[in-house]
Amino acid sequence: MIIQTIMFYVFAVVTVGAGVMVIASRNPVHSVLFLILAFFNSAGLFVMMGAEFLAMILIIVYVGAVAVLFLFVVMMLNINFAELRAGFLQYLPIGGVIGVILLAELVMVFASGAIDIEVPTKVASPTPPADEVSNTQALGDVLYTRYAYLFQGAGFILLIAMVGAIVLTHRRRSDVRRQRIADQVARDPKAAVQVTDIEPGAEGTWKSD
Amino acid sequence: MEIGLTHYLTVAAVLFTLGVVGIFLNRKNVIIILMAIELMLLAVNINLVAFSTFLNDMVGQVFAMLVLTVAAAEAAIGLAILVVYFRNRGSIAVEDVNVMKG
Repeated sequence: MIIQTIMFYVFAVVTVGAGVMVIASRNPVHSVLFLILAFFNSAGLFVMMGAEFLAMILIIVYVGAVAVLFLFVVMMLNINFAELRAGFLQYLPIGGVIGVILLAELVMVFASGAIDIEVPTKVASPTPPADEVSNTQALGDVLYTRYAYLFQGAGFILLIAMVGAIVLTHRRRSDVRRQRIADQVARDPKAAVQVTDIEPGAEGTWKSD
Repeated sequence: MEIGLTHYLTVAAVLFTLGVVGIFLNRKNVIIILMAIELMLLAVNINLVAFSTFLNDMVGQVFAMLVLTVAAAEAAIGLAILVVYFRNRGSIAVEDVNVMKG
């Protein structure tokens, strides 16, 4: 139990510290790397809570896809980041005040005892015992039966996001020659072959068009 | 000391607050703002999974997965808009985004 407590505090402190560095770091590349650190440590928290599948998904989706996407964009766009940081200290007081107020409110809610998990509630789909059914299987049992439509909806969201991202960033360039298959297929002998009657001995009158 | 629900909720609350403060501090840099939004969504996920564990209810983890999906889609679209914006204007300063205003 003591080791669990220590691990919780390690994960929690590193997650929060990395979160601070994400928003306070001078270099956006460092921000992305601290974001990855925060995701890894949150995955550790997820494992401690018994949600192993979500922990692995968090690493695959966030670290493997989202963070790498951020890294690509940060490194490929040639941006003057010092200029963008200009208002940092100017906004620090108002941002700090709002942050302190928000945090105080949230902590007051926890401390007031309004969240009481001892109150018996009606559980929608109880978690099966961990030694019989693995977390992945338990999640699949719920996700593919009761929440099948939501699952399909999530798939549609991803599809639309993919189509939207491609449409937004795709550009038709005018300085390159592209293969136009329709034009090639539609080409007939009349357009392609030119029959010219050349008199013997005359200078060539053939000219290309 | 037993690690209970409140501990996880506190971590999530701190993370969420960091996301909000990050949006205020980096008013000009859209990339950092997008990262702050990711932090907030991560905090929401921690909340959902914590309640799922301590209430013994599987549904919280299902919702956490859906939030994850939306977060990934949002990051992709946001960065695509950012790239297009940078291509058109040569900067990513959000202050003059209102050129899109009619």
